[in-house]
Amino acid sequence: MAMKEGLIGRKMGMTQFFGEDGKQIPVTVIQAGPCSVVEVREKGRHGYNALQLGFEPKKKNVPKPRAGHFKKANLPPMAVLRELRLEKVDGYEVGQTLKVDLFAPGELVDVSGVSKGKGFQGGVRRHGWHGGGASHGSMFHRAPGSIGASSDPSRVWPGHHLPGRMGGERRTVLNVQVVRVFPDQNLLVVRGAVPGPIGGLVVVRKSVKLTKAQQRARKAQ
Amino acid sequence: MDAIGVVEASQLKKDRGAFAPGDTVKVHVKVVEGEKERVQAFEGVVIRKRGEGARASFTVRRISYGVGVERTFPLHSPMIERVQVVRRGEVRRSKLYYLRQLSGKAARLKEKRAVIPTSGE
Repeated sequence: MAMKEGLIGRKMGMTQFFGEDGKQIPVTVIQAGPCSVVEVREKGRHGYNALQLGFEPKKKNVPKPRAGHFKKANLPPMAVLRELRLEKVDGYEVGQTLKVDLFAPGELVDVSGVSKGKGFQGGVRRHGWHGGGASHGSMFHRAPGSIGASSDPSRVWPGHHLPGRMGGERRTVLNVQVVRVFPDQNLLVVRGAVPGPIGGLVVVRKSVKLTKAQQRARKAQ
Repeated sequence: MDAIGVVEASQLKKDRGAFAPGDTVKVHVKVVEGEKERVQAFEGVVIRKRGEGARASFTVRRISYGVGVERTFPLHSPMIERVQVVRRGEVRRSKLYYLRQLSGKAARLKEKRAVIPTSGE
């Protein structure tokens, strides 16, 4: 499980940067934080260690119970609340503010978000089936084909890949490189794409897994 | 400024963009050969400028040994040392793709008659 600290943010869009060799690098701009620690969840009291972070102010229509929750933390109401499970929560306090300076250029992060909804899609697009020949008398193009055996088992196995709703699921891209941090504007620039639409909520956390290169380096030791 | 604009501002070169489609320009490109770096010029007519901010690019067309050659450069690329305007051309559209169908005398452009600033180059 992801157990590293991070921030809640919003995807602002993509652009490009120039690398040192003049090559263009695709980058995503994320408005990350500032996030307030609304609650510290501890193993002893809650059964697990986590930080509950709040992001973006909410002025209107704050439900009473939610308003009370923020009042307890002595913080203004916020629109987004997310829990980040951590190994240890020592040193974190309610009311503390986490900012983009948590991350440094060159560092690797994991970015989670809800992918763009693609609607009802066929198996070729949804699951990467190869489909059939387009011409030369082929009568099989993009259909699902056989979905199982006949009288035994006389049913379709649960979880069988079929056409259906695609996208709109929480996805995480691992080991995304931080290219630049703008602490004044709370902006984080990461290399490559990130799940979700522009304006979509994302959670940026320090990376949990080693890259292939790091694995090799560790093995060599 | 929006977030993308803020981020792109760090990538922009201030001295770019003082030319328009139809202009003949000399693009001084840095070329890396092994360890060495030198500057090569590519001279031709700007037939297209597109995009905004750090993503802007332009295309230069020239006839090289009888063959039409087009090169597209990112406007703010650090590999471009400078873009020198050789001649201002008068054109009536922003994309000069029609030049591809023309050759020789027909592919010439009228020079722009403009007020020459006294402190200019």
